[in-house]
Amino acid sequence: MRVAPKEVETFRDDFTYSNSPEAIKRFPFPFPEDEYRYSVNMEPHTPKGGEGSAYEHFLDIDEHYLSEMAERKLVLDEMPHRCLAMEHMELACWDMLERLMTSLAQDYSDYFKLTIEGDQWTWENKLLNIHDTFTFGDSSTLPQSPLEYIGCQVQGDFALLDQRDGDLFLDAGMITCPADWSLAFDAGMSFKEWHGPVPMAHNEGIFERALKYLTAMQVGSPIRRLNWTLTVNARMDTSPETYHEWGHERTSVTPENVGEKVYLRVEMQVMDRMPRSNALMFIIRTYLISLEDLATNPEWARRMHRTMKTLPAPLIEYKGLSRYHSMVVDYLAQFDPAN
Amino acid sequence: MSNQIKVEVASICQVAPTIREFTLEAIDDALYPFSPGAHVVVEMPNKKKVYKNAYSLLSDPTDTQRYRIAVRLQDASRGGSIYMHEQVKVGDQLLISPPSNLFSPLWHAKKHVMLAGGVGVTPFMSYIPEMIRRDADFELHYMYRSLQTGAYKHELSEQLGDKYFDYDSDRQTRCDVTALLSQQPLGTHIYICGPDSLIQAVEEAAQTLGLPASVIHSEEFAAPKPGMPFVAEIKSTGQQVDVSAEDSLLEALEASDISIPNLCRGGVCGQCVCTVVEGEIDHRDQYLSDEEKAAGNTIMPCVSRAAGERLVLDI
Repeated sequence: MRVAPKEVETFRDDFTYSNSPEAIKRFPFPFPEDEYRYSVNMEPHTPKGGEGSAYEHFLDIDEHYLSEMAERKLVLDEMPHRCLAMEHMELACWDMLERLMTSLAQDYSDYFKLTIEGDQWTWENKLLNIHDTFTFGDSSTLPQSPLEYIGCQVQGDFALLDQRDGDLFLDAGMITCPADWSLAFDAGMSFKEWHGPVPMAHNEGIFERALKYLTAMQVGSPIRRLNWTLTVNARMDTSPETYHEWGHERTSVTPENVGEKVYLRVEMQVMDRMPRSNALMFIIRTYLISLEDLATNPEWARRMHRTMKTLPAPLIEYKGLSRYHSMVVDYLAQFDPAN
Repeated sequence: MSNQIKVEVASICQVAPTIREFTLEAIDDALYPFSPGAHVVVEMPNKKKVYKNAYSLLSDPTDTQRYRIAVRLQDASRGGSIYMHEQVKVGDQLLISPPSNLFSPLWHAKKHVMLAGGVGVTPFMSYIPEMIRRDADFELHYMYRSLQTGAYKHELSEQLGDKYFDYDSDRQTRCDVTALLSQQPLGTHIYICGPDSLIQAVEEAAQTLGLPASVIHSEEFAAPKPGMPFVAEIKSTGQQVDVSAEDSLLEALEASDISIPNLCRGGVCGQCVCTVVEGEIDHRDQYLSDEEKAAGNTIMPCVSRAAGERLVLDI
């Protein structure tokens, strides 16, 4: 079954965010094997898992829709620069708006409706009570910039990468729930520059191969990969800009509370070529699940234990897990009889 | 490729003595909008073998009803351009790839100078509507031989006015590339589409004037030209693949069920690069740098061939 959006829960302060049993069942679990292995793990972004799966549609709208849109608004009200688009990315922003609106209207027709008459577009979002008519390509006819307008109606962070000289540049985006990186800091950087801090992968030629693959991506053939880290509390906005609010929470993990306090944070990253601008759209759709909820699936708990146990030290450090990684391994050991 | 698009040839017209324009219309869904400078790979279902050539889209990028391409009859054609000129009729169906772009304008440039040679004017036909929409500063310098090429020169001249410059070498007017480049303000990007000789002349002039290579952009799809037959040996299996005079190495490998990732099939995109462990290479692509070509251990099998009788590929 499909999960319908439920009422607003919080990703800060009192952290009322929770996963229903259905949401747990459809969680995109990221570890394909028992031992940790570094890989780019890209695959075509085509439907899998059947009705209700997180992979059913191009965009996944789930029970957390209203909560995530409310959280995004809080972030942007406080820090408007978390959404930015360089001047030459205007057309790419319209590309993104078109791609998101057409796929939402097609896949979730109960919630979203798009009517196109020439360049006059009418957009209806029943979940957020939005109903607007605008001229496609003319930003002055929208209440916000096209990137902010559509970005505030879809779960996930968005980056638009300009392609030139055989490289990709991070020239536009809306990033309100990052796993410890800053759009304002990375803006304008090339593919290798913004991946600079990633350990281990540079010597293996992974970035050269990934860049070659991404720059050759064609219209109509999106791809996806899963990325993961751990987050203390169900906090969406773990950005460097707000580090003072969440960094210290890593010291609050104890052997007693690790199951409820530590969350597996999974990013479903989707890359899609934009037809009008030749930009690459990069969607980072974040899912959070507490270890306690994850352990309701014994196979996930066992596999996660083996993966955490074999995680190389540089990655423990890079992902910011040093202070509580051993507590996570100890907690998960109880679900792995062969440990 | 499963993502190919089926189109119908809606009209054909002769736009220069050796150039025909084809209008392709969608059969099932609307076509994708595309970005200026994009191309499609057209599959030609010839009886003996299937040709696949890349052609720039020259229609307005916002038109999702039809694409237009222009094909020049090549002197040394192996059959692709002859097929398009002689076999393809109005009402025929063709398969094309989705649009790809290896020659996009750099929108942060202060000024854009386009240099077109003959049928190389085609990608600029899709640049111009978007440049006008964005109110960009640009010039088109169009070099052709009116006895053979020169498609669209009247409409371009009329549309662009003082942004348009033409040079007809059949009437002894030539472009002084060095003088042209030396007049450009700082922040100008130069785009060249045309024969290799034009690209080289511009690159040399740029180097002499001290312009950085990063402001010079070029694209030339080399439809694979025939050569001498040779044998390609696959190192991992020892398999011997005969490459005839008319086939490209990529086509011969595909005919032997050895699939190599590829996109443009014209020596530009770099996807099909293979490692060579033995044998001399006749490089014919735009992708590898001069240093890589001189090193002699990589080949673009879509257009390049063996210089001798045998190549050993590390695949």
